[in-house]
Amino acid sequence: MTLYLLCFLLFLVGLYGVLTRRNLIKIVIGLSFMEFSIFLLLVLIGYVKGGEAPILQPGMPATGFVDPLPQAMVLTAIVIGLATNAMLLAIAIRLYKKYGTFDIRKINQLKG
Amino acid sequence: MESFIPLFVILPLAAAFLIPIVGKFVSGFQMTLSNLVFLFLAAAGVWFLFDSNTEAVSYTVGGWEPVNGIPIAIYLVADGLSLIMLAIINTMAFLSGFYAISYLKQYTAPDNFYALLCLMVAGMNGVVLTGDLFNLYVFLEIAVIASYALVAFGTGKEELEASFKYQVLGGIASLLILFGVAMVYWKTRTLNIADAATLLKHSHDRTFHLFVQLLFITGFGLKGALIPFHAWLPDAHSSAPSPISAMLSGVLIKAIGIYCMIRIFFNMFILTEEFAVILTTLGALSMVLGALIAMVQNDMKRMFAYSSISQVGYIITGIGMGMIILARKGDQGIAALAIGGGLFHMINHAVFKGLLFLNAGAVEYENRTRNLDELGDLSTVMPVTYGTSLTASLSVSGIPPFNGFFSKLIIIIAAIQGHFYLLAALAVVVSIITLGYFLKFQKQAFFNVSRFFNKLKIKEVPFTMCFSMIVLAILCLVLSLLVFPGPRDLILTPAVEAVMNVKEYSTIITGI
Repeated sequence: MTLYLLCFLLFLVGLYGVLTRRNLIKIVIGLSFMEFSIFLLLVLIGYVKGGEAPILQPGMPATGFVDPLPQAMVLTAIVIGLATNAMLLAIAIRLYKKYGTFDIRKINQLKG
Repeated sequence: MESFIPLFVILPLAAAFLIPIVGKFVSGFQMTLSNLVFLFLAAAGVWFLFDSNTEAVSYTVGGWEPVNGIPIAIYLVADGLSLIMLAIINTMAFLSGFYAISYLKQYTAPDNFYALLCLMVAGMNGVVLTGDLFNLYVFLEIAVIASYALVAFGTGKEELEASFKYQVLGGIASLLILFGVAMVYWKTRTLNIADAATLLKHSHDRTFHLFVQLLFITGFGLKGALIPFHAWLPDAHSSAPSPISAMLSGVLIKAIGIYCMIRIFFNMFILTEEFAVILTTLGALSMVLGALIAMVQNDMKRMFAYSSISQVGYIITGIGMGMIILARKGDQGIAALAIGGGLFHMINHAVFKGLLFLNAGAVEYENRTRNLDELGDLSTVMPVTYGTSLTASLSVSGIPPFNGFFSKLIIIIAAIQGHFYLLAALAVVVSIITLGYFLKFQKQAFFNVSRFFNKLKIKEVPFTMCFSMIVLAILCLVLSLLVFPGPRDLILTPAVEAVMNVKEYSTIITGI
C-alpha cells in the first residue's frame, strides 16, 4: 500500500509543480513527474510478488508470472509521453525565441 | 461492412505518412490525396448512417477470438452513436480540407498542415470506433498531439502561447484519463469497455467508483472544455488557422470530450444520481457562463469559441438530464427524448459552428483582422460569406426553420416533461442571449460602416472556400429534417438506443 501512496504523492508533486512554477521548462518537468508516477502505478498493478518475466515455454505451467499487459501499456505510454514532451519542449523553444524568456508572467499576449 | 471499419483509421493514417514523403516530389499531392481520402470516408460514413440494413458490428483486430468468454483482442465497434460521430468527423474533415486549399495560400508548408490534419482525423475516427480503454487513450493522444501542432501552425507569438497553454492543460487531462484507465484495470483486470461494464456491475465499492468517475469527468471535461475547465479553449480555438478552428470546435471537443463521456458513463459505469447531477450542473454552468462571456468579446473567433462552450453546455445538459431520469428509474421515453435532443444538438453544433469558423476565416482572409470594431459593411462585397454566416447565426440562436431551433426545442421539451423547470428556463434565456451576440456580430461585421474600412480592395473569397461554406449552410437547413419521424428513426434512434441499452453494446463485443 505504501508504494501506491508514494506513487500518488509523486503525482501530486508533479501537479503542484505544474500549477505553481513560473518557468516553462519547470512546468514541462512537472508534467513528466505526473506521467512517470502513473507509469509506476501501472507497473505496480501488474506486479505479482515473486513473479517472473512472462516468457512461457512449452510444458511450463502458466503461473508465477507478473501481468504482462500493464508492461505493454507502459511501453506504449512512454512512447506517447516522449511525443508530448518533444512537442512541449519544441513549443517552449519557439516561445523563448519570440519572447527571450521562459517566464510565463512575461508571456501574456492572450487573455485566457 | 465489418472489414470496412478499420479503413476509417488506416486510410487517413497512411495518408498522413505518405504526404510528407511523396509531397516533396509531387506538387499538389497533399491536397489531392487528403481530400480524396476525406471525401471517400465521408461518403462511406454517411452511407452507413443511412443504410437501414446496417446493424451495429464489431471488428476484431488481429482476429483474436475470446478465450473462455473473455475478450482478449482490441475491438473496433460501430454502433449507432459511433456511426453518427464518424459521419460528422469525416464530413467536416472533407469540407475543412477543401476550404483549406485556398485558405492555405497565406501560410507556408501545406504538406505539414495536411499531414497533421490526416493524423488528427485518424485519431478521432479511432476514438469513436474503439471498444478498448487503453486503445481509446492512444487514439486520443494521436488526435490531440496533432491538434497541438495545428494550433501552433501560424508560429506567431499568440499561436505559440495558446498551443503551450493547450498542451499543459491537455497533458494533465490525458494523464488523468490514463490514471482512470489504470484504476479500472486494477479493479477489473480487463481493458475492454463491455467486459469491464459487466464486472463493474458486480462491484459495490462506492469510493472506488466515485474516485474513478471523478478522474474521468475531470479528464474528459478538460478535453471537452466544460466551464471550470475551459481556460484553454478560447485561446486555442481562436489562434488556430480557421479550417482547424472549425475542426476543433465542431468535431474534436465532441469526439474526445462528449463522446468519450457518453461512452464511458453510460456503457461502462452504473449510472448514479449524484454523478448525473454533477454532470448536468457542469453543463448548465457552461451553457450560461459561456454565453455571458461571449457577449463581451470583440474578436470574432473568441466570440465563437465562447459560444462553443455555451453550446456544448446544451448538449451536456440534455444528456445529463437523460442520465438523471435513467438513474432515478424514471420514464424511459423522456430520458430518450433528452438524450436524443443532446445528440441532435451535437450534430447541429458541428455543422453551424464549423460554418461560423469558416466564415470568420473568410472575413479574416480578405480583411486581415478579426476585430469586430475594425470591420464593417461587408454584406455587399462578400455576399456568399454574408448569406452563409446569417444562416449559421440564425441556426445557432435557434430561429426556425434552421436545425438549431429543433434540437433546442427538443431539449427544452424534455426538460419540462422531466420537471427540470429551471433548466428549461435557462435554456430559453441563453438562447435569447445567443441571438443577442450573434446579431452584434452580424451588425458589426456586415453592416456598420467603419473608418478603417477600404472597400475597393475587398472581394469575395475563392471558390473552394465558398463551396464549403455553401454546403454547410445547406446542411443547416437539411438537418432540420431529422426532427421528423422517418429520418429520426433512421439516424437518431439507433444512437439513443446504443447509449441507453448497455446490454446491447456488450453483446456486440462479447457475443454473449
